[in-house]
This record gives sequence, C-alpha cells and structure tokens, in this order.
Amino acid sequence: MSNRVVNILVPVISVILGLLVGAIVMLVSGYDPVLGYTALWNGIFGDAYAIGETIRQITPYLLAGLSVAFAFRTGLFNIGVEGQLLVGWFAASYVGIAFDLPMYIHLPFAIIAAALAGAAWAFIPGLLKAKLQVHEVIVTIMMNYIALHTTNAMIKVVSDGGDNTGTINPSASLKSAFFESITDYSRLHYGIFIALAMVLLMWFILEKTTTGYELKAVGFNKHASEYAGMNVNKNIILSMVIAGAFAGLAGAMEALGTFQYANVKGGFTGIGFDGIAVALLGANTPLGVIFGAVLFGSLKYGALNMPNEAGIPVEIVSIVIAIIIFFVACGYVIRYFLEKANKKKEAK
Amino acid sequence: MSFLDVLYFIIPSAIFYAAPLIFVAIGGVFSERSGVINIGLEGLMVMGAFIGILFNLMFVDTFGAMTPWVSLIAAMLVSGLFSVMHAVASISFRADQTISGVAINMLGVAIALFSVKMIYNKGQTDYIQERFIRFDIPLLSDIPVIGPMFFKDVYGTSILAIGVAVMAWFVIYKTPFGLRLRAVGEHPMAADTMGVNVTKMRYIAVILSGALAGLGGAVYSQSISGEFSHTTINGQGFMALAAMIFGKWHPLGALGAALFFGFAQALSIVGGQIPYVKEVPTYFLHILPYALTILAVAGFIGKANAPKASGIPYIKGKR
Repeated sequence: MSNRVVNILVPVISVILGLLVGAIVMLVSGYDPVLGYTALWNGIFGDAYAIGETIRQITPYLLAGLSVAFAFRTGLFNIGVEGQLLVGWFAASYVGIAFDLPMYIHLPFAIIAAALAGAAWAFIPGLLKAKLQVHEVIVTIMMNYIALHTTNAMIKVVSDGGDNTGTINPSASLKSAFFESITDYSRLHYGIFIALAMVLLMWFILEKTTTGYELKAVGFNKHASEYAGMNVNKNIILSMVIAGAFAGLAGAMEALGTFQYANVKGGFTGIGFDGIAVALLGANTPLGVIFGAVLFGSLKYGALNMPNEAGIPVEIVSIVIAIIIFFVACGYVIRYFLEKANKKKEAK
Repeated sequence: MSFLDVLYFIIPSAIFYAAPLIFVAIGGVFSERSGVINIGLEGLMVMGAFIGILFNLMFVDTFGAMTPWVSLIAAMLVSGLFSVMHAVASISFRADQTISGVAINMLGVAIALFSVKMIYNKGQTDYIQERFIRFDIPLLSDIPVIGPMFFKDVYGTSILAIGVAVMAWFVIYKTPFGLRLRAVGEHPMAADTMGVNVTKMRYIAVILSGALAGLGGAVYSQSISGEFSHTTINGQGFMALAAMIFGKWHPLGALGAALFFGFAQALSIVGGQIPYVKEVPTYFLHILPYALTILAVAGFIGKANAPKASGIPYIKGKR
C-alpha cells in the first residue's frame, strides 16, 4: 500500500469509526440508529431549503478550516480561530451599519475589515511566538476569551447598551435573491464563492509562490530554513496573520451573509473548534479542507433535523465529530494496523 | 461601606469562586508535570459538573445532607475514567496532545448535553436541593479582622481545595513519586534509564488530572450554579489552565493564581455593590485573567517555563 493510499485511508476509516461509535451510542441510549441517520440524511438533503442551509453552514467551515490548515503548514497550531472569527464578525457588522456607500465599495470594505480584524487578532500570538518563543496554543486560547468579552463590550457600546448591533445596510449584504429563489428562502448567500476563492488562494500561495515555499519550509524544519537564509520570524508572523485573515472572513460570512448583524454571545460559536476538525480531516491541504468542511458542515446542519424526526438530541453529531477527531489524531494506530494487514497479505 | 467591610465581603466570595479553579488547576499541574499537555481540562470539568448534578438529583433521598460530598466522589470517578481516553491517545497512541485535548473538550460537552436532553427532555437539569452549605469555623471566626475574612461563612469545599493544593505541593516536591513525576516530564529518557516506568507515571498523572478536574467541576455545579446546562462551565476549565500557567506549573503558584482569578471573577459579579470598584467596567475584570496569563507566558511577569518534555510522546529508543 503506498503512502498516498494510507494518507487517504486514515481519515476515511476515522469517519467510518466515528459514525459507528455514534450508532452504538444511539443504540445504548435506546434510540434507533437507522432512524437517527435517516433523519440526519434528510436534514442535509431532504429538500431544497435543507440543501441551501447546508451549503450556508459549510461556508464558514471552509474558511475556519483553511485558517487552521494554513497555520499548521508553518508548524503553528491556531486554536484561536474562534476569537479571530468573533472580531471579524464584529468588524464586518460595524462597517455594515456605520457606513452608507455604494455596494461595490461597501461590500468589499466590510469584507476586508473583517479579514484585517482577524489578521490583527492573530498578529499578537504570531509576534509573541516569533519574538519571545511563547507557545501559540496558550496565547490563542486566551485571545479567544478576550475576543469574546471585547466584542460583547463593543456591541454594547455600538448599540447603546443593547444586545444586538441591528441589521446591516443592504449595500454590505451578501444576501442572494437568486439563491433564495432556488432554495426555498434558505439563508444561503454569495459568501460560498468567497470561501471557495480563498481555498484557491491558499493553494496558490502554498504551491505557486516563493512565500508559500518559505512558509512550508519553516513548518518542516525551522533551523534548516534559517540556515538557508529564510527569515523564520517573519514567516511565523505572516502565517499567523494570513490564518487570522481567513478566520476573520469566516466571521464576515456570518455577519454579512447568514445573520446580517452581530449580537452579544454567552459563549463561543463552535465554528473555530470545528475548524480544527476540518483541517485535521483534510490533512491541512486546500482540497482536503473542502472535503472536511463539506462533511462537518453537513453533519452539523443535518443534525438539527434529528430531534424532530427521530427524537434524538443534536449533540449526537458533536459526539461523532469529536470521535472522528480523536481517531484522526490517533492516526499512528490506524497506520500501524494497516501496515500489519498489508504485511499479512504480502506474506501470503 | 468601609474598606474593612468591603474586604469582609469580597474575600469570602473570591475564595468561593476560586475553589473549583484550584482543583482543576492542580489537576493540570499533575498532567503537565508528567509531560502530557491537558487542554481537555474544560471537557473533563464539564463532565464532573454534569455527573455531580446528576448523582445529586438521583441519590438525594439516599444520602440526605451528605449528597453533595458523595456526588464529588462519583464525579471524580467518572472524569478520571473519561481522562483515560486522553491518556491512551496521547501516551500509547502518540497522538498530538493538543488535538486529543480538543476532542476531549468537544466530547465532554456533547456527552453531557446529550445525556441531559435524554434524561430530562430539556436543555438543563432541575435544580438540586442539597447544596454545599456555609458554616462558621468555631473559635477561629471570633478572631477580630481575620476571623470574618477567612473563617466566617466558609465552604468545606474551599478548605478541601486549599488542602489539595498543599498536598499536591508535598507530593510533587517531597515524595519519591513526585520526583519521578517531574523527571518524566523533564527528561523521560533519563528517567527511563533509571528504571522509572514513564508510561505508567504519565497514565497516573493524566488520570489524576481527570479526577481533579471532575472534582472541580462538581464543586462548581453544586456550589455556584446549582444545576447543569450548556452554560454552566463555559470556560472555567480554560481559566484553570490559565491559572496553572500563570502559577508557573507549581501547585502553590497555581493555588495563588486561582485565588487571584477567583478574586477577579468575584469582583466582576459582585463589584456593582462596592464603591470605587463599580466605576470599573466589568469588561476589564472579565479579560483580566486572560490578559495576565498572556503577559506571564510572554515573560513580562517573571519567566514561566513549561516542563521540557511536555507535549512530546515518549518513544523508547528514540533519541
């Protein structure tokens, strides 16, 4: 079995194992797994509305996955997508409300504001990692909570003590009348094109530019890169900043597309943490991120149908996703068994 | 309100909010000192909080006033068992410990909420009837100034928390077990050469951290929230992680940091009733623990160094 096949088999086996564990959990808890997974399937593909909403859910997952994957390629673990997304969400909403401009200026302005906010939020852990060798995991976790409280405080300021910024001006909206008409008024918006363009952009940066080559080199071996004359510190900061921009864009999708506002939150959206799952499943490649985002976005949205149709709590899907991450993380064991099975076959 | 009255008011509530953080942070110290990063503290704590409430509601008729204490043991057992998953992944299966921790966090919340909805058919449990109760410590509470500050209206769990922290310090720094634990976290190969079973030590440490995180969660849910829902823990585990780092991976440091973070939390909740403090926007009190932790790891408040082998799976024979 070639290395390539094994690399694809590990996530596939993990997904199967995850769904299997989910079925067992349902069985043990006295639910019918067949009914449950049928409800999940219908929740994803049931009708035009469901399909529209599923793609809508996939949009921020794509960007969150890209964010984690991009940083990973430079050897950085961006667990701070959640915070970068929140500041991006707020920035896009703020620009959407505070300005009144023609659409061709307003919309790009709001989107870029979100990307910049996310980038700025990720700059701090990048800088600390590069200059002071502070572990980015710790800093980004802390930055998540600071982002949560900061955006909540700022929404209160903007709305004079309220919990909601109010709806953005239509000139900054990603809403799509066309998508609404074909998906039975789902909230599917044009953001999906931005997300897919970013997937292409990540591929282009990593595979076709010198900068991308350097970023990957730093991820493979910091010392060798330094010896080859690359500026390791600059690349670490750059990688975090680009990752943060992707996460900020994920926030823009929520602000300008799905919700059209920003509101005070009691906790995290979960998109950032699911982004880790997306990137991990996709082996941190642009194409892989598409697969990961489609899978997890669909699961997450489809699960909402499970309580209605099968009486099963939606959290079952979070259990499945967590188990999938767990198995992908334990890839060593799956590889070990695959190799063993392979050797047996060869011996025969 | 005089200054002394403010202290009488704020110090007990600071200790009250700090107690769960202390347990969880000490759990983190054990795990990280053995070389296993445990980001899963939040999920383990959620599990403990849920089991604490569940057990309390189910067995309140059997155990009466002792129920909260018995629930603590149940929560410790379940969270300890749950942490075995993290141990297997990060020690035996050589998984990325941060990712395994992320999975534990998601799984903890998901299992707890799934069970709540299954058992109660709604998003939260009922309120418990038997909570931890406050009491005055005889004699000590009569001491002027210090008495009302530290010995009046205290919770048994707070005393237990401080006791656990001191005990952890003793175990880690004064016993052969602690020496081995630290050796395994700093230089596993050297420890292995000297005949220390690295895998066993790390398993024990991770399970200990799981049990302590469960304990902290159950203390939180049974003394502060009184029920369990998706917002019950909401970041307390990460704050405990912050306390551990701010305390520089030292049990007494973690104790101090947890007390300080508890103080910040208490201020943000009851600060509105205190002169001067109420002028400070609660926003600053909310972000204080996190901002301080960043400053601490960045070395602005003394250098904080993680155990050397933390995060690296030990593979025998590999240099």
